Amino acid sequence: MGKIEDLETINGEGYQLTTLDKAIALARANSVWPLPFATSCCGIEFMATMGSAYDLSRFGMERMSFTPRQADLLIVAGTISKKLGPVLKTVYEQMAEPKWVLSVGACACSGGIFDTYSVLQGIDRIIPVDVYVPGCPPRPEQIIEGVMNIHELVKKESNRRRYSDEYKHLLGSYQIDIDNGQEK
Amino acid sequence: MDKKNNQDYLAAIQAAFSADVLAHEETFGILNVEISTAKIHDVIAWLQQEPSLSVNYLTNIAGIHYPEAAGREFAVVYQLHSWKNNVRLRIKGYLPKEDLHIATITNLFAGANWMERETYDFFGIIFDGHPDLRRILNMDDMDYFPMRKEYVLEDATREDKDDRFFGRNNNEL
Repeated sequence: MGKIEDLETINGEGYQLTTLDKAIALARANSVWPLPFATSCCGIEFMATMGSAYDLSRFGMERMSFTPRQADLLIVAGTISKKLGPVLKTVYEQMAEPKWVLSVGACACSGGIFDTYSVLQGIDRIIPVDVYVPGCPPRPEQIIEGVMNIHELVKKESNRRRYSDEYKHLLGSYQIDIDNGQEK
Repeated sequence: MDKKNNQDYLAAIQAAFSADVLAHEETFGILNVEISTAKIHDVIAWLQQEPSLSVNYLTNIAGIHYPEAAGREFAVVYQLHSWKNNVRLRIKGYLPKEDLHIATITNLFAGANWMERETYDFFGIIFDGHPDLRRILNMDDMDYFPMRKEYVLEDATREDKDDRFFGRNNNEL
């Protein structure tokens, strides 16, 4: 028995075996392309996370994807107003499967201190969220923790989770059609 | 060059529009003039075009709601600035809540466009003649004017807030 990172393998003379879905999951987890949807102070902390001191590129995330079409991970960092809500949902719908969402900071998770008529009270009211990072704003270490939790999800989830009934039901509860990713 | 001061401006406005200057005062060095609402557009146009005054810059337009003041519940405040004389002016006009119409000044200052949209968005004051008077900051399907003092600060009937996160309903935690 051998190991690639935390992936169990069977080793022999000149070969190393594992299952394909685990190898794909490992590759995916170490090459997640994030789309930073940063609107306020959490975005500043995210910039620090990307900077050389904390260096998110260690996790295969060197490339920020500023188009949703080529992004795997939507990082929502900051206050989302109700007016911005449909924009965020469109960005999410434009991302290709497989896709994950990281909600950074109190505002994105729950509306935060902005208990007011104009602020969306948590992005999970319009799009499904995989990992929540609390804090106001969270420190870069916390954001990295959130990203690593996303990696754990990527490694352990089925490669074809979009075909699962649970996933269809989840997106259906947000009025998103799984077959074309568009709003119903 | 002799620069004009607040008193010169007040005297000039009173000389040109004596009947329409309803009140005036000076607060923190800024001249406040209340003008009858129907004449506000003409007064600002005259201030802008009079060479000796040359009020050439519109700093801001704001709305105010005075729910207690019968017949003058809403105010529109124009903050103006003359770069030539370095004098700032505050022009106020009051509106009754039944008739929230006032003439646009977008034909005088192009920058008034978004300011008037914002004032409409938050107070529902209608600027007659505005080229595109619709909401600017709030979502389009909002059906009220949020800066009016008509709403309780914390509305217990709101459904868009998850009370569990804010210690209002401890039973659900």
